[in-house]
Order: sequence, then C-alpha cells, then structure tokens
Amino acid sequence: MPRWRVLAVFLLPALLLYSVFIIYPLVTALNYSFFEWRGIRQVGFAGLDNYRDLFGVYPYDQQLWRAFWHNGLFFAGTMLIQNTVGLLFALLLFRYRRGKRFLQAAFTTPYLVDPLVVGYLWSLLLNPTFGPVNALLEAVGLDSWALPWLGDTRTALPIVIVVNAWQWVGFPMLLFSAALAGIPAEYHEAARVDGASAWQTFRRVTLPLLTPAIGVVSVLTFIGNFNAFGLIYAMAGSTGSPAGSTDVLGLLFYRVAFVEGGVEAIGRSSALAVLMFVFIFGVSLLATAYFRRRERMLV
Amino acid sequence: MTAGRRAPGRVAVHLLLWGYAVVALLPLVVMLLNSLRPTSEIFTAPLGLPASPTLHSYGRVWTEASFSTYFLNSLVVTCGAVLLGTAVSALAAYPLARHDFFGSRVLGAYFLAGLMLPIRLGLVPIFYLMDSMGLIDSLLGITLLYAASGVPFCVFVLSAFYRSLPGELDEAARLDGAGDFRIFGQIMLPLVRPALASVMLFQFVPLWHEFLYPLVLLRSDEKFTIPRGLSQFFGEYTTDWSALFAGLVLATAPLFVLFVLATKQIIAGLTAGMSK
Repeated sequence: MPRWRVLAVFLLPALLLYSVFIIYPLVTALNYSFFEWRGIRQVGFAGLDNYRDLFGVYPYDQQLWRAFWHNGLFFAGTMLIQNTVGLLFALLLFRYRRGKRFLQAAFTTPYLVDPLVVGYLWSLLLNPTFGPVNALLEAVGLDSWALPWLGDTRTALPIVIVVNAWQWVGFPMLLFSAALAGIPAEYHEAARVDGASAWQTFRRVTLPLLTPAIGVVSVLTFIGNFNAFGLIYAMAGSTGSPAGSTDVLGLLFYRVAFVEGGVEAIGRSSALAVLMFVFIFGVSLLATAYFRRRERMLV
Repeated sequence: MTAGRRAPGRVAVHLLLWGYAVVALLPLVVMLLNSLRPTSEIFTAPLGLPASPTLHSYGRVWTEASFSTYFLNSLVVTCGAVLLGTAVSALAAYPLARHDFFGSRVLGAYFLAGLMLPIRLGLVPIFYLMDSMGLIDSLLGITLLYAASGVPFCVFVLSAFYRSLPGELDEAARLDGAGDFRIFGQIMLPLVRPALASVMLFQFVPLWHEFLYPLVLLRSDEKFTIPRGLSQFFGEYTTDWSALFAGLVLATAPLFVLFVLATKQIIAGLTAGMSK
C-alpha cells in the first residue's frame, strides 16, 4: 500500500469527525454573523449589522451588558470565595496528618456531581417554604436569616456563586496542594532562620512561588465562569430569574439562538457567539502570557 | 503552615477543616435521605430523618418518569462516543506522534487548537448541520458530536504517550517484516493501554453531564439523556419532592460507582505515563 494511503487510514476518521462537528460549525458561525437572516434564509450581506443590533436593539442592548456584568461578578466572586478558600484549605492541609486523605476526598466529592444536579439540588435545599437550609437557620434561632435566597434579586447571584464554589472548591485546592508540595522545604526554613513571621513567609515566599498555579487556576476559572450554563439554568431557568438578576452570557446566547431570537435569530446569535469567542479566547491568551512573564521574573 | 502552633489555633484548624467536610458532604447526604422518605414527611419535617426508609420513589421515577429510558440513552450515547472518539484518536495520534510527514506539524496543531476553542459556540451551525443530515432528535447525531468533542484531548494525551515509547520498537518490528497496521495494532496499542483507559474515563464525565447539546438537539422524551430528561422531569414533578430527590440520586450514582471502581485505574494510567 502506498504511504499516503496508510496515512489516510490512520488520520482521516479523526480528521473528518473533528472537522465536520467542531471546526466547520465554529467557522460557519463566523460566516453566519455577517449575513442578514429571515428565519433560515439568508437574504443578504449584513456587514456588522448583527453586531450593532446586539448593542442597539431592545432587549439585547440591555441584556447583553447585564449578562456580561453578571459573568464578571461571577468570575470575581469565584476568585474571591472559591479560589481563596481552596488556597486556604491547601495550606491548612499541607502539614495536616490525621484524616488528610478523607478531607481531600470530601472537599472534592461535589465536583463529581453534574452541575445541573447541583443546581436543582440547591434550589430544593434553599426553598423558602420546605427547604432544609432555612429550617436549619430557624432551628438555631437565626430566623431573620431565613430568606427567600433564590427569589430575591439581591441574593440570587451571590448564592449562585457560593453554590458554584461549593461544587468546585476541591479543584483549586488540589492544584494548590500539588504546587505547595513542589516548593523546596529549604525556602521556608531559610525564611524562618531569617526571623520571618508565618504571614511574612507566606506573603514573600510561598505566594510568589505559587504564581504558576494561580495563573492556571485563574484562567480555568475564567473560562469556566464565562461558559456557565447548566448550574444557572437549573437554579434560575433560561431567563436567569428573578428578573434577570442571574442572567449570564451562556443563557442569553441560548435564548437569542433558540427561544426568543425571532426571524433574525441566526445572525444575531452567531454575532453573539463570535463576540464571546473573541473575548473568552482573547482574555485567556493574554492572561496566560501575563502569568508566563510573571513566572519568568521569579527565576 | 508552620509546625509549632498554639493550641487554640490548632483547634480552629481542626474545626474549620472537619466543619467544611460536613458542609461538602451534608447536601449529598440530605439528597439521599430525602429520596428515601415520602414528600409529606419532607414537607412537615425538613430536617428529619426517614421514619421508615422506602425505595418507593425510585420505582416511580425509574418507570413512570422514564428514567430507565434516559439512563439507557445516556449509557449508549456516552459509551458510544467515548469508544468512537478514543478509537479514531488512537489511530490519528500514532502517525502524528511518531512519523514526520508533509504537514504533520500543521495537522498536529490543527487538532490541538480544539483544546482551547469554546466549541459550544458553534451550536447554531451544528443545529442546521444536524438538521440537513436528518440527525435532529437522533442518538446517532449526539453520539457523533460527543465523539468529535473528545478528539482534541485524546489526540493530545495519546500523542504524548506514543512519543514516550522507544523509537527502536517500530524499527525492530519493521525489520521483522511487520506492516504499519500490525505495528500499530500489536505493538503500539497494547503499550498505550493504560493511557487509553484514563483518556476514556476523562471523556466520560463531561459527556455524561453534557446538557446544552441535548437541550437543543433532542426533542422527544424517548431520546432524552439523563440531564435532558432531568430538566423535563423537574418541570413535571415540581411538588413531588421525594421523586425529585430520587431522580437527582439516580443521575449522580453512576459516576460515583464508576469513580470508586476506576480510581486505581486512573492513577495507574497517569503514573505509567510519568515514569517513562
């Protein structure tokens, strides 16, 4: 058999599958976004009209920025809560002996659960009438804390952030644990000999050496948060209730494309997909480059 | 952090860690316990334990709410996709990792790019592509899509494993007269078996959880996968909490079983790759 035929047998199945179902749709989405649509019919070249519509036509002009802002809050909240707590657990567990393995397993267990299941589970647990969370708060005398958590526009998004953190906190913990194990013990001893306090050692020695791990965790958190869908769909439906207070880009994209986009759904949702793509991909690349440079400054 | 700590500090650390272990696990325990008692009991005593545990709700969810169908669909789609995705990737990664041919670098980069692309953003074209192939509301369509989404990751990991095998292996076999397919099937494939197992397991989890594709591409109840069925079920059984909890347990249990069974295999697969 000629060499190219052998190669074809090895390469073609994967190439075909990947090109047809992954690459072609992404390229086509870009193409779709530049055309004007009536239902599934292309009626003409639109230039950047679809993009302009997203920023100028009601309700997208309001929903796009709101969803974007919520994704930003979701990311900031997750960095602040999930990743800080993950780092704290990694530090506390570093020298911990008794039950360390059990604790690590316990902290990471929720991430085996489907985000959709997590969302539905917590919406039941947080139910204001029959949910055990408020029942528990009332049982310990915190009646004033027994709020309709997911029904209030002020608390809904923070609760989503906390529930998401509950699910994923084991992930930064494991990554930071691995990174801590890679720091030579002499560094900490040297710092102690020089009379550094525990906090100074952490701030001046440990934390800078964790830069690569912090970079990886930040970028993955960013990508995960800006792609969020299932968890929020389960807790707040496709509109991000109450009153859009938990609406994010993933839900908005789904709605524009398949629920309420109307005859221009294809063009506008494709434009939104391209914007999200450029933003998520661009920021990930920039952040990765930034953390690489910080790493190089370490050595 | 530091070894010599004051006693109150150490107590606080114990409390924090073991306290959080309760926070991490208790919701899952509550889910399980509430699935074992009737809804009326859940409503009157939200914090109570099951007075007389019963599997009644499971029976109802399994048959009436067609979880048996969802379960079977999920199993067929996920296993089919994992096997197909891994098979085509195992084939493709071999020449990419061990042979230099015209365009091999570019092709490798082409596959790798998929690791960083937010592939769900191609959803609208995927919908019309599937529509044109008659694959809307079809388990075959979902399977192909899932399989394709695993290709970049599989090619990436398996390439690394093929590359770690000594170069003399192919040469020796070739001198003995073995053709490309025999070298692949009888020498390479058995040697990367631990990696194949890990790669399959890592694909399994996100595919088992995939929700957006089935939400858009599946229409009828008898085609639903578990996550898609679950979202339907939560709309229909809103007040039957016992059933809701049982449904959540049924959606979650398979992965727990898989992980308990496979943890050793994952670790073996990963370390086999590292020691080389």
